[in-house]
Formats: sequence, structure tokens, C-alpha cells
Amino acid sequence: MQKEIVTKEYVEKLAGQGAGTIILKKGSIITPLAYDYIEENNLKLEFAKDGETVSVQKDEEDFGKENSDLEKLSYSDFKELPYNIVLQFYYLMIKIRFFEEFAKAYKEKDIIKGDFVHVYLGEEAIAAGVCTALKREDFITSTHRGHGHMIAKGADISKMFAELLGKADGYSKGKGGSMHIADIELGILGANGIVGAGLPIACGSALASKLNRDDSVTVAFFGDGASNQGTFGESLNFARIFSLPIIFLCENNGYAISTTSDYGCSTPNIYKRGLGYDIPSQLINGDDVFEVYSACKKAVEEIRKNSHPVLIEAVTHRREGHWIGDPQNYRSAEDLNDLPKYDPIKIFFEKIKARSDFNVSDLEKITSEVSEEMKQAVAFAENSPYLPAQESVKDYLKE
Amino acid sequence: MRKITFRQAISEAIEEEMLRDPKVFIMGEDIATGGAYSGVTKDLPQKVGPERVINTPISESCFTGAALGAALRGFRPIVEFMIGDFYAVAADQIINQIAKARYMSGGRVTAPITIRLPNGGYLNQASQHSQSVESIFIHTPGIKVVCASGAYSGKGLLKSAIRDDNPVVYLEPKILYTAEEEVPEEEYTIPIPGSKILSKGSDLTIAAYGYQVNQAKEAIRSLPQYSVELIDLQSLSPLDSETILQSVSKTGRLLVVQEDYAICSIAEHIAFLVYSSLSAKIKVRIISAKYAPIPFSPPLEKYILPQIEDISAAIKEMLGQE
Repeated sequence: MQKEIVTKEYVEKLAGQGAGTIILKKGSIITPLAYDYIEENNLKLEFAKDGETVSVQKDEEDFGKENSDLEKLSYSDFKELPYNIVLQFYYLMIKIRFFEEFAKAYKEKDIIKGDFVHVYLGEEAIAAGVCTALKREDFITSTHRGHGHMIAKGADISKMFAELLGKADGYSKGKGGSMHIADIELGILGANGIVGAGLPIACGSALASKLNRDDSVTVAFFGDGASNQGTFGESLNFARIFSLPIIFLCENNGYAISTTSDYGCSTPNIYKRGLGYDIPSQLINGDDVFEVYSACKKAVEEIRKNSHPVLIEAVTHRREGHWIGDPQNYRSAEDLNDLPKYDPIKIFFEKIKARSDFNVSDLEKITSEVSEEMKQAVAFAENSPYLPAQESVKDYLKE
Repeated sequence: MRKITFRQAISEAIEEEMLRDPKVFIMGEDIATGGAYSGVTKDLPQKVGPERVINTPISESCFTGAALGAALRGFRPIVEFMIGDFYAVAADQIINQIAKARYMSGGRVTAPITIRLPNGGYLNQASQHSQSVESIFIHTPGIKVVCASGAYSGKGLLKSAIRDDNPVVYLEPKILYTAEEEVPEEEYTIPIPGSKILSKGSDLTIAAYGYQVNQAKEAIRSLPQYSVELIDLQSLSPLDSETILQSVSKTGRLLVVQEDYAICSIAEHIAFLVYSSLSAKIKVRIISAKYAPIPFSPPLEKYILPQIEDISAAIKEMLGQE
């Protein structure tokens, strides 16, 4: 089931219209600030369920109060962000969108081989928001759905597309493919084919930052599915006891392959698991790049000053199946029909329109530049040769 | 020359390498509290400073994966497992992450990690603390596997493992921790790969590693009438095939002795190597553990694991028929 994000703004709006009881769609996720607002104003909260209404108690009574750090991680007003940062959001999101549309099309035409191309369509705001808040010297670990993270951290889309085609000029000479792209120089410690495996690796990078006494931050991207792996619990505990400079960035798209997080997770809110490890944890709307950036920027600044882990749960929507070719029989028509509503680029447009300095031609210029860059990347990849087959027994050990 | 235990040899290797290279650090359970099974790091925090002796929670997947993360950032982590059998808890991080990191990047990254695994039986520690775990790693491209037979090779191999730019699984036969051997004060390393011929002979080649080298030595000593060449394999992956083949070309007979099970093992590989490279007529025998989980009870464990008399009997059988 798709998650509705209920923000403080939304609750305020309803209260302003005279509503004493806030009735929400089943499966809605309420942000901590919205909870606080509801409590402070003595509003009643109900969830609609199959025609009947059920009252829901806030089960983390002290959430947001015990964790004073959370207060510092509140959202900033997108209107105050420098315009060049706003344009950077768009540049990264549209670049990811173009790349993934090409990846999808080439997979559907069977030009990209193999069963596993996991595209990031619909989730672009998270990679764009997070990586804009990072410096080049910062590090990320990624997932099986990693193209967006790579692009946002600065990876070369020509070498990426060549890798998807299994060509010699790809990031890994074609030996890695879609799920195995790394570029240490850019701080990309690797995508990963194993769910949850990047979290310990990210802890090691954060440990390296501590041993080096540098102020770099590591972001471990993972999904709602990975939060059910043992590595998740181990890594949160490890990061907490050593006060590691790390952000656990959960991309909750509601599906672990085809299994819904409603079914597979003991709590609909992964951030609550972070609280259990005594880690400042926060829920945000992952479809809103401004919100992602603000939350991440604040967390990064906080961590650079005072090393500690943070967990951010960014709720988002997976536009496609788990992999290209997934028939998605498990998704309801409502779920699929609602998707355009959550499109991060559309949400971005709605917000940017409110800025006085907004000029649509800036976005048009970026779009055409990225389009050209993408065409060149695809041509580069197509023209690249395959590695001579006998080279496939090399590169597993350094001579 | 001074004699030190295998345990002391490991301690010295770690300490020397940490003092030599500030990028080396060690992680593992109970290593800074004095509670670790191997006990090799007991005095390390005082000697190299506490920062690089990281006492971890019991989270094998996490600290093994963390070793990779730190290695990608230029460090040379040593990971100590309390008992080798626990590798299985972190198998994904070793086999899917660490071993494949270089290959999946097309050879652009290195993962210089030393994974220390206290290995094997003869100590009545039952099925989850007595296994010989080498085969899975030998079967995994991207990771080197070495095994010492005592303090001398223990120190030299560990120093080489720490300096190696690749991941190395360093197997520590637990039964040898208290065994003493002559070890020079001066610095030395042992190349990986590389085996060592411990005794020259003309009639039979014995290839062994770890504790079995010690058992084979005893068996050979008890049978002075035979001319046996003993090779300590030292490096199981990559394997020094050349030394084995040269020796067997000369002796015409090969006995491989290992504590691991025979099926899908290095011993079976060596047997195949000899048959396919030399001649199918060469007489080859394997002594290994019998195929069952390692039992607790002393007489039962003794039955499962190779004994000196098994080796002696095989030598007699192989040479007595001439």
C-alpha cells in the first residue's frame, strides 16, 4: 500500500478549516512535527478503515522530546535556499530520470542483458537531496537500486551506461553490471547486489573518518526491506556505540521486492527502529527534494560538529516494478494510479513556482543540456567494445 | 635461537606491523578486554595505543563489513574472529563483499584485509567450534588463504598477509597456540604464495598444512627406514603447485594430509592436479577428517580427525608394497 505523508502543514490546514478530528487514510504516515502539532492543539486523530473509523494512539509518547537532537533536524523553508542549489536538485533529478528512462527502454528492448535492472524512477528526490547536502569528500554506500545514488554523487553517466551494456569502457569493464558500480574517488563505495550489505561497509567508512580525524560523513542508503536484515541492527548498534559519523538513509518505497512493508515490517515507521538504538531518527517525505535536502543538510552539519549516527526515513514511491519486466501483479490499481501524484519532479515544480526568482527557462536549459549529455552517454556506451573474453579471468586479485 | 609459542608469534607479527604502518588496525570481539579466545591482543592496547585495537560487539557481519569499508578508505584492517566457525555469521561480507570487491570494480579497488580464523579441532570443542573452514575460501576467487604450521611460519605469513593488498584468510590452528618453535628476533616474512620443503626424500611426497604438518613430522620420525619428502603447503590459495608437482615427479607417490573433509577440498584438488599434470599411474592417497560434524566426546573426536598412526599406516601401505 502507498503511504500518505501527513505533514504539519497539512494538519494545520485541516485545523484551520475547523476540524477537531483529523481523519486520515489507512496506512498514512504522520511526521513527528505533525504529531506534536496534533498533541499541542488537543486534536483527535483517527484513521479511516473499511468504512469505519478507528482511533489511533501515538505509541511513542516521548518521541521528539527525549531525542533533543531531533529538534535540530527540523525542516527549513525551501524558499530560503540559494537558487543554484534549487537548480542543482533539478539537474540531478532530471539526469537520473533520463538515465533510468534509457535504462528501462534498453532493458525492454533486450539490449541490456540480464534479469536485474532496478531503476530509481520515482525516487529521484532522495538521491538528489541527499547528495546535494554532501561534499565530494563524503562517502556513500548504495543498493541494488543504485543508479540514482551514483549519478547524484557525480558518477560519469557514459561509463555507467557502458557498464549496463557490459562494455569495456564501463566503470567495471563490464564485469560488474547494473548493481556493481563503485568510484572511490567520488566517494562511491559501491552499489550492492545483497540487500542490507552496504550498512556494515558504510560503518567501516565512518570508522575510517574517525581514525583519520577528518570530518567526512558517510551515508548508507538502504530500503525498508533491508531494515529486516541482521546487518541493519548490527550496524545501528555499532555506529551508536562508536559515535560514528554516518547517516542511515532509509528509502521506504513500501515494497521489499513484492512484499509490502505493511506485511514485512513490524512497524510501518522504520525510523522508530533507529530510536530503539538510541539514534536520533526522523521521518521525512522522500518525494520532496527540499525536505530531503533540508533534513540531510542539518544532519550533516550536526554530525561534522559532533560525530554521531542519524537515521532518516524518507518515504517514497517506486514508479516501476522491482526490476524492469516485473509484472507487478501484487500492486493494486489504486496504488499504480496514485503514482503521478508522488512524482518528485512534479512536486518540485509545484514548489519552485512559488519562488520569486524562478525562471522556467533555467529548467529548460538544464533539460536540454542533460538530454544532450545522455545521448552522448548512450552513444559512448554503444560504441564501446566488449572486453576480450580472456580478460574475464583477471582482476580478482592484485598481482 | 629463542623459542616462542605460536600465540606469541601472532602477537609479535600484529604489534610489529601496527608499529610499522599506522593504517593497520585490528577489530574483533573481546580483543581489548583480555577475553578473546586467541589471547594474542592482550597487551596490544598498551603497546600500540588503544585507538587501533577496536573491541567490537558480537556482530560478525558488521565488523567484517566495516573492515571492507575502512579498507576502501585506505586502511589495512585485521579482523579477528573469536572462533573460525563463526565466519559463517559473516559469510556474505567475506564471500560476496570482500572477495568480490576488486573484481566487480574491474580491478580498480583493493581490499587489503587480514581475516584471522582460529581453526580446527583436537580440543573437544564440539561441532560449532572445531571445524576446518578453509575449503569455502579456497573455492572463492578474490581471497587468499594461508595456514601456519607453527610459530615460525605463523609470524612470517601473518606479516605478509597484513602487507598484502588483497584479502587474506589467515588460519590459526588452535591446537598449536601453545606450541613452541624457534623464531629469530630479526624481521622476516614468508611469501604468499609459497610452500616450504621441510624434509627431503626420494620415495614419497607428503603435502600437509597446519597442525597436520606436525603430525606428519612425527609419523616420518617414527619410520626412519623410508625416504619421505614433507611439504608444508603454507599457502592454500594461491597454491604453489609447482613445488608439489616437482616433488611428486621425483618420488612418484603423494600423500596429502589435511584436517578438513576430503570432499571438495584442497587435497582432492592436489590429487587431481597430480593425476592430470603428471600421470594417472601415480599413487595418491588422502588422509582427512571422516565426513561428519566434529563430535565433542574425546574418543569420538579422535576417531573423526586424522591421527599420527593414520599417517604412519598410510606411509607403510604406500611404500611397503614395493
